[in-house]
Amino acid sequence: MRKISMDSLSALFEAISGTMPLFLPVDGKEGASYKKWEPGTEYSKALNTNKSAKDFFFPQVENMMAFKTEGKNIEVLDLKEDVGPFAIFGVRACDLASFSILDRVFLSDPVDSFYKARRDNAVIISVACSRPQETCFCSAFSIDAAAPGGDVECVMADGMVYLEAKTEKGEAFLKNLEAVTEASDERAAEAEQAKIRERIEKLPLANLSTDAFGGGKTMEYFNNPLWDELSANCLGCGTCTFVCPTCQCYDIKDYNTGKGVQRFRCWDSCMYSDFTKMAHGNIRNSQKERFRQRFMHKLVYFPENNEGIFGCVGCGRCLAKCPISMNIVKVMKTLGGADNA
Amino acid sequence: MQRVTRDVLVQKAISLLSAGTVDRVLGWKAGEFSYDVTPYVFKDAEALKADFVFDDFCGANFSKYLVKECGKSEGKVLVFLKPCDTYSFNQLLTEHRFDREKVYAVGIPCDGMADITKIREKAEGISEITAEGDGFCVKTLYDGDVKLTKEEALAERCLNCKSQKHVAYDELLGEEGEVIDSGRFTGVEALEAMTPDERFAFWKGELSRCIRCNACRDVCPACTCEKCVFDNPKSGVENKAIADSFEEKMFHIIRAFHVAGRCTDCGECSRVCPQNIPLHLLNRKFIKDINGFYGDYQAGEEAYSRAPLVNYTTEDIEPADAVKKGDGENA
Amino acid sequence: MSMNEFKPKIVAFCCNWCSYAGADLAGNNRLSYPADVKIIRVPCSCRVNPMFILRAFQKGADGVIICGCHPGDCHYTSGNYYTRRRMALLFSMLDYLGIERERTRLEWVSAAEGAKFSQTMNEFVEAVTALGENKRLEDLRCKE
Repeated sequence: MRKISMDSLSALFEAISGTMPLFLPVDGKEGASYKKWEPGTEYSKALNTNKSAKDFFFPQVENMMAFKTEGKNIEVLDLKEDVGPFAIFGVRACDLASFSILDRVFLSDPVDSFYKARRDNAVIISVACSRPQETCFCSAFSIDAAAPGGDVECVMADGMVYLEAKTEKGEAFLKNLEAVTEASDERAAEAEQAKIRERIEKLPLANLSTDAFGGGKTMEYFNNPLWDELSANCLGCGTCTFVCPTCQCYDIKDYNTGKGVQRFRCWDSCMYSDFTKMAHGNIRNSQKERFRQRFMHKLVYFPENNEGIFGCVGCGRCLAKCPISMNIVKVMKTLGGADNA
Repeated sequence: MQRVTRDVLVQKAISLLSAGTVDRVLGWKAGEFSYDVTPYVFKDAEALKADFVFDDFCGANFSKYLVKECGKSEGKVLVFLKPCDTYSFNQLLTEHRFDREKVYAVGIPCDGMADITKIREKAEGISEITAEGDGFCVKTLYDGDVKLTKEEALAERCLNCKSQKHVAYDELLGEEGEVIDSGRFTGVEALEAMTPDERFAFWKGELSRCIRCNACRDVCPACTCEKCVFDNPKSGVENKAIADSFEEKMFHIIRAFHVAGRCTDCGECSRVCPQNIPLHLLNRKFIKDINGFYGDYQAGEEAYSRAPLVNYTTEDIEPADAVKKGDGENA
Repeated sequence: MSMNEFKPKIVAFCCNWCSYAGADLAGNNRLSYPADVKIIRVPCSCRVNPMFILRAFQKGADGVIICGCHPGDCHYTSGNYYTRRRMALLFSMLDYLGIERERTRLEWVSAAEGAKFSQTMNEFVEAVTALGENKRLEDLRCKE
């Protein structure tokens, strides 16, 4: 284990930036968001970024290819960008857990080469959540915010940052930083981790339970009359899906530039009316059906196909951002009955 | 602290329900925390007593909900309207978007609503928020009590409130307020006073944060098209994401333009933006220009008034002169 | 590309009844205006949706001009009065966003004003040429 004082963080960032681009949460008008570190960039103290960290691997918009026509010839242009190694500092346990959920989607056969290139090139430095917020409920999904994992795991306590390599990649990465860090024993970090776990137990949503949900429960919930009132005032905007670290749906569209066609991929939202629009028509015509889909996917369908793993990591962004304050916690409490009373 | 308490509203709702005047109540339902209030349709006294809430976090403008709600039942729906909501109510009436006969509107006074995003900037890990005197006391998980003044906690739109007067209702609870000289155009004027380069840089910084979640459009009481041009594949501008910086400008210019002359300045767009983009500065520019070019006009002030963009005089200002007039240089 | 070589792309929306006929007359009278002006004929200037103007910029225009009948002369009685209000607000908004005000213009050109049409276009092209390429309302995907 290595350590560095909080006051010397910029030295750490500078050392990392010397070998590869470094991204970290920075405060802005929207709250915190990941930005590239440059001399003078301040690491945000916010618990979580406004948008999740999924953008690093699954950006909102990405050009995939382009077509150019000249006479009778069509030329296909590869627009895939070369990805080199990069580091992300400050990923929280919830966002980190979301990466393994996204992996199940994008790295299963057929492998998404765009996603994989970025995933392979990233060094992820996680940070334990010393001050979990009232909207946090990652513990409901057995995520330990005190020991988030990643390639390198950081715990911040008493003005010090303790760094521990968790993977081979992480070890090599930390080895490169030995000039700016010093050796440390593990006890200091462990004491802070114990405190973090105590804090998490006291959070208002600490008792939220997922017991009522999981694979095989489709028929139990699908026709539940409570979906009507839960979805009644949903605006049908895409805020929840776009701030969600695990929402992974996208659309592929062609844009006519007037000189050719550019094919791009962009986030899509199951909350949008045309999400399921197909040649024959639309299968989800009411907001209730769309709303139900989003939560059934996270709480029932995804675990059904993924050994019981839920499609939510409890980051709390939808709790903070939904314009009408309807969110997965309210859905779980309303549908989950006695377990979540 | 609101002048009309939750209990008064619950009583009013229950009496109207039991008298048969209305068969349901559009109100705010308490959530997990002090601030996450959800719009909800209450059907009986028990539900009202248990979950109805009215406090400083009831910012949602219910007028737009009436469009959907009026189609649901033959009976009347009770809706509680804050002063700014009544302007949207009138505007929607003007546009024949809901059936007035199916609504029982109760006007309620409002002293401004708190903005949880602003509060979060000052207090982290919020366990409880209570109104205290003229401000708020925020109990936090780690930093003890944080006291906030009204200015620190109130939504920007409320600090620039344009009217505490209700312009439509069937019944009014509490005392009627006045139209206020709000100074709500100072933000627009500050931008007008900048150079074009500065303005461009400002809007680039703001609009580049847009994630095209469409929340501003979906919450807007003036945006009630059955099918938005931005959702219509035949329009040629249907896009789910901002693929180039051009699109964020086009979306926001057109969104604001489509409600120009009809926007009542309720501020819901800025309230719901997950990226904190000051969208009201676009709408207010149109309002300010309309006032300056064609005479003062407040959308929704009077039902069935003729909006400035579906009206004209033969002596209207020419666009080239308008641009100069709308500019700080000539102010 | 140096400023001297820069030839702006101009889109001119012309109403069918006055301005398009004005353009015709300019042609008949051998009055010249730059070939970079591409005319789009519309039934009335008030057919021009603000979106058309933005889309023209998106697809590569460096300037957009709308021409209609003189106030009072609209073939449909009042179409151009609505145009005037819409464009006043739109142009002012574009200016508010920091987009050069010289890139948009509204001009009244009657069927008898071939000379005015040619002169207007020459002036407009000159003004846009001085500004250079449209950078602030460009869509990079539509560039080469």
